[in-house]
Amino acid sequence: MSQQGYVATPAYSQSQPGIGLSSPHYGHYGDPSHAGSAPGMMKPAGPLGAAAPGGMLPQGPSPPGPHQFGQSGAHAQGHPPQRFTGPPPVNSAAPVNSAAPSYAPYSPSAQSSYPSPASTSSVTQLGNQFNAMHINSYANYGLQMAGGQLAYPGGFPGGPAQMAGPPQLQKKLDPDSIPSPIQVIENDRATRGGQIYATNTRGQVPPLVTTDCVIQDQGNASPRYIRCTTYCFPCTSDMAKQAQIPLAAIIKPFATIPSNETPLYLVNHGENGPVRCNRCKAYMCPFMQFIEGGRRYQCGFCNCVNDVPPFYFQHLDHIGRRLDHYEKPELSLGSYEYVATLDYCRKNKPPNPPAFIFMIDVSYSNIKNGLVKLICEELKTVLEKLPKEEQEETSAIRVGFITYNKVLHFFNVKSNLAQPQMMVVTDVGEVFVPLLDGFLVNYQESQSVIHNLLDQIPEMFADSNENETVFAPVIQAGMEALKAADCAGKLFIFHSSLPTAEAPGKLRNRDDKKLINTDKEKILFQPQTNVYDSLAKDCVAHGCCVTLFLFPSQYVDVASLGLVPQLTGGTLYKYNNFQMHMDSQQFLNDLRNDIEKKIGFDAIMRVRTSTGFRATDFFGGIFMNNTTDVEMAAIDCDKAVTVEFKHDDKLGEDSGALIQCAVLYTTIGGQRRLRIHNLSLNCSSQLADLYKSCETDALINFFAKSAFKAVLHQPLKVIREILVNQTAHMLACYRKNCASPSAASQLILPDSMKVLPVYMNCLLKNCVLLSRPEISTDERAYQRQLVMTMGVADSQLFFYPQLLPIHTLDVKSTTLPAAIRCSESRLSEEGIFLLANGLNMFLWLGVSSPPELVQGIFNVPSFAHVNTDMTLLPEVGNPYSQTLRMIMSIIQQKRPYSMKLTIVKQREQPEMVFRQFLVEDKGLYGGSSYVDFLCCVHKEICQLLN
Amino acid sequence: MNGSVFRTMATYLEFIQQNEERDGVRFSWNVWPSSRLEATRMVVPLACLLTPLKERPDLPPVQYEPVLCSRPTCKAILNPLCQVDYRAKLWACNFCFQRNQFPPAYTGISEVNQPAELMPQFSTIEYVLQRGAQSPLIFLYVVDTCLEEDDLQALKESLQMSLSLLPPDALVGLITFGRMVQVHELSCEGISKSYVFRGTKDLTAKQIQDMLGLTKPAVPMQQARPGPPQEHPFVSSRFLQPVHKIDMNLTDLLGELQRDPWPVTQGKRPLRSTGVALSIAVGLLEGTFPNTGARIMLFTGGPPTQGPGMVVGDELKVPIRSWHDIEKDNARFMKKATKHYEMLANRTATNGHCIDIYACALDQTGLLEMKCCANLTGGHMVMGDSFNTSLFKQTFQRIFSKDFNGDFRMAFGATLEVKTSRELKVAGAIGPCVSLNVKGPCVSENELGVGGTNQWKICGLDPTSTLGIYFEVVNQHNAPVPQGGRGAIQFVTQYQHSSTQRRIRVTTIARNWADAQSQLRHIEAAFDQEAAAVLMARLGVFRAESEEGPDVLRWLDRQLIRLCQKFGQYNKEDPTSFRLSDSFSLYPQFMFHLRRSPFLQVFNNSPDESSYYRHHFARQDLTQSLIMIQPILYSYSFHGPPEPVLLDSSSILADRILLMDTFFQIVIYLGETIAQWRKAGYQDMPEYENFKHLLQAPLDDAQEILQARFPMPRYINTEHGGSQARFLLSKVNPSQTHNNLYAWGQETGAPILTDDVSLQVFMDHLKKLAVSSAC
Repeated sequence: MSQQGYVATPAYSQSQPGIGLSSPHYGHYGDPSHAGSAPGMMKPAGPLGAAAPGGMLPQGPSPPGPHQFGQSGAHAQGHPPQRFTGPPPVNSAAPVNSAAPSYAPYSPSAQSSYPSPASTSSVTQLGNQFNAMHINSYANYGLQMAGGQLAYPGGFPGGPAQMAGPPQLQKKLDPDSIPSPIQVIENDRATRGGQIYATNTRGQVPPLVTTDCVIQDQGNASPRYIRCTTYCFPCTSDMAKQAQIPLAAIIKPFATIPSNETPLYLVNHGENGPVRCNRCKAYMCPFMQFIEGGRRYQCGFCNCVNDVPPFYFQHLDHIGRRLDHYEKPELSLGSYEYVATLDYCRKNKPPNPPAFIFMIDVSYSNIKNGLVKLICEELKTVLEKLPKEEQEETSAIRVGFITYNKVLHFFNVKSNLAQPQMMVVTDVGEVFVPLLDGFLVNYQESQSVIHNLLDQIPEMFADSNENETVFAPVIQAGMEALKAADCAGKLFIFHSSLPTAEAPGKLRNRDDKKLINTDKEKILFQPQTNVYDSLAKDCVAHGCCVTLFLFPSQYVDVASLGLVPQLTGGTLYKYNNFQMHMDSQQFLNDLRNDIEKKIGFDAIMRVRTSTGFRATDFFGGIFMNNTTDVEMAAIDCDKAVTVEFKHDDKLGEDSGALIQCAVLYTTIGGQRRLRIHNLSLNCSSQLADLYKSCETDALINFFAKSAFKAVLHQPLKVIREILVNQTAHMLACYRKNCASPSAASQLILPDSMKVLPVYMNCLLKNCVLLSRPEISTDERAYQRQLVMTMGVADSQLFFYPQLLPIHTLDVKSTTLPAAIRCSESRLSEEGIFLLANGLNMFLWLGVSSPPELVQGIFNVPSFAHVNTDMTLLPEVGNPYSQTLRMIMSIIQQKRPYSMKLTIVKQREQPEMVFRQFLVEDKGLYGGSSYVDFLCCVHKEICQLLN
Repeated sequence: MNGSVFRTMATYLEFIQQNEERDGVRFSWNVWPSSRLEATRMVVPLACLLTPLKERPDLPPVQYEPVLCSRPTCKAILNPLCQVDYRAKLWACNFCFQRNQFPPAYTGISEVNQPAELMPQFSTIEYVLQRGAQSPLIFLYVVDTCLEEDDLQALKESLQMSLSLLPPDALVGLITFGRMVQVHELSCEGISKSYVFRGTKDLTAKQIQDMLGLTKPAVPMQQARPGPPQEHPFVSSRFLQPVHKIDMNLTDLLGELQRDPWPVTQGKRPLRSTGVALSIAVGLLEGTFPNTGARIMLFTGGPPTQGPGMVVGDELKVPIRSWHDIEKDNARFMKKATKHYEMLANRTATNGHCIDIYACALDQTGLLEMKCCANLTGGHMVMGDSFNTSLFKQTFQRIFSKDFNGDFRMAFGATLEVKTSRELKVAGAIGPCVSLNVKGPCVSENELGVGGTNQWKICGLDPTSTLGIYFEVVNQHNAPVPQGGRGAIQFVTQYQHSSTQRRIRVTTIARNWADAQSQLRHIEAAFDQEAAAVLMARLGVFRAESEEGPDVLRWLDRQLIRLCQKFGQYNKEDPTSFRLSDSFSLYPQFMFHLRRSPFLQVFNNSPDESSYYRHHFARQDLTQSLIMIQPILYSYSFHGPPEPVLLDSSSILADRILLMDTFFQIVIYLGETIAQWRKAGYQDMPEYENFKHLLQAPLDDAQEILQARFPMPRYINTEHGGSQARFLLSKVNPSQTHNNLYAWGQETGAPILTDDVSLQVFMDHLKKLAVSSAC
């Protein structure tokens, strides 16, 4: 791709950035050029352009932008950045740019696609709009924005003052002329979607998370497992400081692999165990260099020369590779598993299979609203689907049951009992496990007793009017039970109220809106007591993962209750004001999904790096007792750990930067294993290389996690400022060092970071960082916690929701319709739109929605008849309904949380909620629009450059 | 002279027997010395054994309330000793001389129309109180699950069986314990529910009640204000339910009861939380049914090994404390554990409940530390080797035996009040009771046993429960009680009958005063040496609980010597001249056996056994107590009908079968020849049928004893040379030992390998000391 520039520019210059790297694939890139359309639209339509009516910006291939972007100041629209070196005219040609010759090939196509004129025109426009900005033609893209200061166009009256730019600007920046995330996504899809992506090349930038492709492990871990903020590290820490681009990897060690990709190989060295470097303990991997005829090998991480253990010896071939190179996964693949020996087990004993304990709050409200009955009914079905090892017939996981209000009830469901036994533990101050045998049982064996119990539970407490609950003792009880059974496991807690009963972890209502926007706001995100922190520590020490289903009807202090789930690698689900008829489906889906999902227990992760840099900070559902061992009571397929790296020496361009992530864990079958992911990155002393290899989605993931972590300690305002500053700094550095000289008013963005401003703005507007009166403290704490464990794909969707036009559906096609940008201006009265962010799904109906569509979807004659009080679409036997439901299920499919569907009619009250998700617009209660923010960033950059 | 003494004796024996049968009272002295000094010189204190609820089939209770003396400090009950003015309808209290009006209901009385309580044959009378709510009896089983499978099974069966023996409306509860303590809720359908407590944590009564949800009524809102308040406790206590309602449930529950599931590693004892289990049982009843008749029945198969009340650690290599350890102050847990159980016992007594301990194990179970629970509350203590023995099974069954009226032989929550006429004061009591600390005018400063009060609480008692009550004569030597007067004592026992009625039994007795100088013979003749021996023994055992063994023996010896000096007839310094009258003749022998008894000797007994023996000694009636002091030996031979023989090694002859009853053991011992005959199988030969009968006779007699005794004795069937013969050999007077056997040079009897002195030596020594002027 060349790039399409954003907007304006003519052809988007190509940003060729990315391209450069992976050669083979890139070929595809080229195609995209669909540029043509774009120009016309003003927004460069992306390659995919087709779809989106509105504006998608063309995106360049995502890959790295060119370096040099220099455009400054203006508002440019640039698009994919490119480095444009040359003067404007060059444009298209330019793409190729200096950077990479390799790109050259592509560029042409790109160029062609975008007629230069177009670009020009766009440029112009921009120019007009902001006076100053002109994009220079860079063809390249740069997104040039309006001059540093734009005043913010009238449209956004409220724009923050700072943003206001200097006088130059024009009135309004055409939204279509600024980089479009949709365009970027579509471009990447067009160029790389459906392809095979082989991981054989060091430092290559993978396709975007939004692009479907087949990944082939050829020596580096699949991007499904590891994604980096940049695939080319700066050689020195000075360079790193200069660019201020975070060096981080987002690791999702248990990521789900589609069925058309090869699952991980399992290596078993028997009693010898894995082969490891003697010095740094790195595991055997493709980065080990065999020497001396195969008798020794040099560690790629620490350079130590090790003897090859006799059992592992193999001769080398003429190029110095072992003859068994392709037979051994650990020599040729980026990801694989080892069977761990007893040395890797607790107490040197093979672990017991894990257990699941279901802990149900049976206080009055839960009984009253039918939740307890619902859970008990559902458990009967869902327990049939406990996860099991592929080769096993039945699940090895044992199950146990506890109910509680202000006391705990354990159940003995041993298979030989005629009826279950209930054991009440009232000593909540010092909880203990009252029974050993019969608490954790094999579901199949005890099925009848368990069903008997599940039938009885709702009855048993039907007369209870106990309102108070405990919480910490519940977790404690579950943990003690696992401890007593000497196994790891997971607690499923179904809870709904603030635990006010006298017990450890007792909480009071401390929700205080007055703290908002003060320096004390951070308190709202901190747990109320340190009981939960030490409890979490204990849980992690015993491999006890806590998953919490919350059903709050008022403040329940998620910040405190959610701490243990977060630190133990569990998941927090929250259903506000749970109503049986509205919310049960969402909850049941979550429950089923959570029980069935792939998970590893009692895990320790260690990230090793080659010399010159090291992992310094970790974010995620983890617990750390020291600076290197990442402990996780459990880690499932949806949890990611974000790792930040820092230099401690120089990196060599030749050797590159190597990362090995090893996770020692217990499988659901009770086997101890090591999962190894290896990734090699490039190193460069050219800033341009660095910028070229960045991945904005990963950057946002990192920024979000680091900011959300900082929320606990710093005022939000400070955090927001830091984010804005760093964004400006990164871009300014690019402009200064990589872009060709241009007018100061021009805004020039690197191709790989074209959408960083819009995403960053979404992050800044998120309710965690920017309080809004209608968002409860609990909701903010909840979202904060969710993001902390998100992988790149989830965070991308979360911050920039997917908005699909439904009224233009091609019912014959099975592919998703092209998304449109999240802005109200993209909606139309005649349209129906579906919006999803991973937590919520909205179906927005324009007032003039086509009646046949309404009929087709809702089976009612008109818009007015649509009942918005539904969370499931009716199953109507016509293509509209079927297609829409299919689309919804595709969207839902890969997401960890079941999204609750809300039907929103245009101009009705609930639309307010929906509007919050139109993230390019100015927020109702604050939060700038994309355009405003872009101007603001531009201004900052200008200041920095001066 | 002799004749008259004999007659007197006979008379006194009859008198004593009559009194015992009618009133359940045996006094050490039946004629009382008239001054304090003289009384002291009598050596054996003026005291009595009282069996408050002695079975009186001929005494139907009266269905009205007693009439009390109106003087607030007296409140004695109208009795046959009171002077009555039928005309004026007045009666004079024989204790304080207050004149009282009869209540209106008595307007019809006259010489010929007397109420029962005025008739002499009703010196003991029982009133049934009509007021007050009747609450059902409560039985709370506290069951150890750290048992061997067989034992647990046997225990479960016994418990299940017991449900059928309980009164149908009795409330029953179940607590099980091992490493944890479970309080079972009994009214659950479809699921069995229990509350579980950690076995290591000491909880206050308040905490226990909170945790069991007893502090707050379960359904406060629906609790209608005007509702019958009495109804409430029944409903709210989920843990105590009427037997008839839940016997099926409970039977199943007991059936499903499993051994404590927590693993016990090699070399460890199971963790047994007896202390917490009892504490919870006490707390549960305290919160729900204070002052209602209730039995906590603890069944345990081993020592408490954790938590409050632990007696020994769980390391098997560290044995449980022995007497040796205790003397060396080496019993780490003893003091703390004892304190814990004492605290529980006192609380239980305050609540009016009693605690039974059924401890069945081969090793000790901590009875030493736990004994107060049974001792202070009037509970039973039963010790056996296993729950799977007839000893336990039958003993347990016998708890629920019924009397001639079909009522259970148990009573609850009794208070015993002793009133005396002015010449006497109450010094104390020894028995299964606690003091109520009521200081009245008739309470002595000097304490014997549990003193400082004239009222005691006896939380659990049965028809044989017997207390020793000690008195003091008040009058000074220079102002003795006038001749011809009579002293009176009234025993008032209020209790909850097993039918749940509240009853009061009143016994009023009187004895003559005599001047010890002029009428010593009278006093001497009225000496009840059996009662005296038991009463002195109780004092000795009471002291032994707190003093060193040798000190107690020395004290007993000194008392005996003084008694002999006082009542013996002898010439100074001439031991051969020493004689005791018939009424004293057996007393030294009792003392001899008492000195050797396990109540005072700890040698060869574990601390638990000592506690067990002493427990029973302090509550059995006179007959049983005497058997305990001096076991009974019967001989069966072809030389004549069965006859009692001397408890002496000389009685062990080859051609005899001996039957010894020590109360705790029944030993049948076949002499050498008899054993050989039996071995040869003569009993199976028709021509030796008489031998068969001879063998059978002691078995039948033993069976008879076994049937009646509580607790069921250990039954030992042994023969000459058998290892179990030691039970016999250790009891008999060692008149022949390895030291003197050849000196005696006779074939009679069996030598005992012991260094203990024989009765002969003892008596010789006693005589010597008695006639000596040195002391």
